[in-house]
Amino acid sequence: MNLIFDKSRPGRTGSTLPKLDVPPCDAVPDTLRRNRSAPLPEVSELDAIRHFVNLSRKNIAIDTCFYPLGSCTMKYNPKCHERIAALPGFAGLHPLLPQLRGGGALTQGALAVLYEFEMLLCEILGFANFTMQPLAGAHGELTGIMMIAAYHHKRGQSRRVMLIPDNAHGTNPSSSAIAGFTTQEIATDADGNVDLDQLRLHLNDELAGIMLTCPNTLGLFDPNTAEVCRLVREAGGLAYCDGANLNAILGRVRPGDIGFDVMHVNLHKTFTTPHGGGGPGSGVVGVSPRLVPFLPTSRVNKRQDGSYSLEYRYPDTIGYVAPFYGNFGIILRAYAYTLTLGRKGLTRVGENAVINANYLRVRLAPHFDAPFDRVCMHECVLSATPQAARGVRALDIAKALLDEGFHPPTIYFPLIVPEALMIEPTETESRQTLDDFVDAILRILDRIETDPDSLLQAPQTYPVTRLDETRAARRPDLASLESSP
Amino acid sequence: MPYIANTNEDRREMLAAIGVDSIDTLWRHAGVDMPAPDLSAIPEGRSEYEVNRHLAGLADRNAHHLTCFIGSGFYDHIIPAAVAEITGRGEFYTSYTPYQPEASQGTLQAIYEYQSAICRLTGMEVANASLYDGGTALFESIMMAMRLNRRRKAVLAGTVSPIYREMIRCYSQNLDIELVVIEPPDDGTSSNINALKAALDDTTACVVVQYPNVFGTLEDWEELVEYAHQRGIVAVCSVYPTALSLARTPGEMGFDILTGEGQSLGIDLSFGGPYLGLMATTKKFMRKMPGRIVGRTVDTEGRDGFVLTLQAREQHIRRENAMSNICTNEGLCALAAVVYLSCIGRSGFEKVGRLCAAKACFAREQLLAIPGIEPVDQAGFFNEFVVRLPIDAAELVGLMIDKGFAAGFPLGRYYPKRRNDLLVAVTEKRTREEIRALAVAMEAVLTPG
Repeated sequence: MNLIFDKSRPGRTGSTLPKLDVPPCDAVPDTLRRNRSAPLPEVSELDAIRHFVNLSRKNIAIDTCFYPLGSCTMKYNPKCHERIAALPGFAGLHPLLPQLRGGGALTQGALAVLYEFEMLLCEILGFANFTMQPLAGAHGELTGIMMIAAYHHKRGQSRRVMLIPDNAHGTNPSSSAIAGFTTQEIATDADGNVDLDQLRLHLNDELAGIMLTCPNTLGLFDPNTAEVCRLVREAGGLAYCDGANLNAILGRVRPGDIGFDVMHVNLHKTFTTPHGGGGPGSGVVGVSPRLVPFLPTSRVNKRQDGSYSLEYRYPDTIGYVAPFYGNFGIILRAYAYTLTLGRKGLTRVGENAVINANYLRVRLAPHFDAPFDRVCMHECVLSATPQAARGVRALDIAKALLDEGFHPPTIYFPLIVPEALMIEPTETESRQTLDDFVDAILRILDRIETDPDSLLQAPQTYPVTRLDETRAARRPDLASLESSP
Repeated sequence: MPYIANTNEDRREMLAAIGVDSIDTLWRHAGVDMPAPDLSAIPEGRSEYEVNRHLAGLADRNAHHLTCFIGSGFYDHIIPAAVAEITGRGEFYTSYTPYQPEASQGTLQAIYEYQSAICRLTGMEVANASLYDGGTALFESIMMAMRLNRRRKAVLAGTVSPIYREMIRCYSQNLDIELVVIEPPDDGTSSNINALKAALDDTTACVVVQYPNVFGTLEDWEELVEYAHQRGIVAVCSVYPTALSLARTPGEMGFDILTGEGQSLGIDLSFGGPYLGLMATTKKFMRKMPGRIVGRTVDTEGRDGFVLTLQAREQHIRRENAMSNICTNEGLCALAAVVYLSCIGRSGFEKVGRLCAAKACFAREQLLAIPGIEPVDQAGFFNEFVVRLPIDAAELVGLMIDKGFAAGFPLGRYYPKRRNDLLVAVTEKRTREEIRALAVAMEAVLTPG
């Protein structure tokens, strides 16, 4: 095996460190001393660089190919953002500085970023305030749902039921459970919208709220969204907007205007901060005026003299959801992006995301099952049931796309669509790229006629072929420990 | 328009292919029929150059140039340039969670190596692919313990970071969880181990401690861990991983779950995030651990390869019964940590520890030589220690800022009875001259007149 540990040679080192310039000494008690150094790699810096550069070449990424992974909004990540986040005035800033006496003046630039971006988000999305603390989308969900719990608690009501449509992301029910709610699933109607008749059955004094993804995970804008929010609020509940799909409506619909009380925004989707191979993200949360008292503490305030301060005294706050002020380095990138786009650029994002997705839909739908055949938003969901009936499943089409040089769409989600292919092109892709992608799909569909078996063996052009996931789970090998061969 | 590829002509042709005459018609057919919002309060877009200049100006308004002796769980360590070089590769940072393993072996193998390095560092057997930060990881460990023994009480040492205890209190507010905090004695820098033991009973799910503790003190937890195990209680330890360069591992002390803040492993301070939540456990308990986990397996040709595994624990499958709601984690920070640990390497990491420890001893000696500064009983420490000042430590720190130092963290902020106690951290970055200058400046500030 070719692990970094396998490249070690005793005594080899890649680091240069300052010489000890004080007397050798330590205050580690003998009983708590490590009996030998941690068995970390012993490689030169060149060994390490070569190892990790070569690993990087085994990945595909937005920078290497079209990546239409539905619900993930894999748009281009502008390079200038990385430079900005690396500025020593941001990257080297200790988070405890503003908490020192007289420390407020030490971090005015960073507090300005947090405050000014919050104000921009309020304008873009129609909310009263945002908290920057949540560290990921699911973390934002939890924060938002905890504020709903605190709101009902403050009013002396024990509302226990959170409604969640059957097409929701798995994080919705699990976040809701951690906030102490019982979840009830709401069906999707034949048009792909919330089933209003079912909703009406739940409008009672047990109802705490509803979590709606807008647009929903079928890539559709539910024309009844405002009505659903109104019904839930009339019954005493609150409406939560899962902003995972915000990209579609950016600059076109302000969720706060159509009746949502609280919303999380995945900055790593809509505001194009890098996905990082699975994080770090940021799931900032906006609230309507009635939830403002419950926001996490601390919050950034702008004083009359134009300076910024951290404020802590909010008696009804849910508390601290993060150690400090959120994933600052991510927020910074999103702020830079928003400044670059400006009001026109923001509007163009939503428009082009929707045009690109519908272009793919009209070109591809005739070749698949289209369970909800209507104009979509930022992504289109197709079903490969006709192909599956011939022995080639959505998974096989996805793997064959890898050999065509594309990252596949999301597959088998939403759960209510069999053999789902969920395709989200994003606004940063050109028409040529979309045409190339359609051509690749059509070639694969041709192969179902001519050589279906080859599709079951795909991919063949990567460092590995399909991997044995059952074995991975049954006989877990999760770490190379020192004693391993 | 920035970052949009389609030309006006493309747009026209694409709209025609879709079968509509304009974007407005497309919106209407999609069900979006409300009027467009008024975005006039949002400024016009700016060029890359202008945005860079604006943000560089804001960066300059931050006092990152202060000589930093603040730690409190977040440390100013040396980061080799190689770390940013690797994490800055588009193949890593512009990919997503490796749902397609064949095309993600780079990320998957790197995470497997990260999991391995965390195990080797901590003496644990299995690590996950990361959680958000040390605080969320600690809360998740309490939830994990409660899944393991189906009890609902968590006993926390009052020497666990107050920041983390606040976070745990926040997450627990709607759950059936009893939190018991055992405050440390008012003086000294140790935990109240006897009181911790006394609080453990057969309804206790877990006992949670920190190593080194919030005062920087290294404490031997082995006996407490054994005492807990005899009562079916899960032992949880939150660590500062750099301390494990010299200090005995939590694995060796018998802890069941390890968590920690991985920021010190090659990740920028960055004003509070993104950071790296460490979590590791034993093989016995691995199936109850939350978060993504990478495993090694084979492909159809028998070649080694890596996949996300044990996914039956996760939210996309278990929904409201999942072990955690975590989805996106801190993958790129985990990559930074494994690159850091590889480049610093086995002997380098030990040397980092020796530098930190020696400089901390030197700094303590220098500060204790100042008239009016007194020692606080501290059995052992790694690179962070407490001294007692003749004045309010918050006041002193404020005065030291003007002299160019972030002189330490005033403990009175967390422990009201310790207003004169200053928590000082020294990393390998601090030079003898900087430490001397700190002492000289502090003496000047403390000398009346």
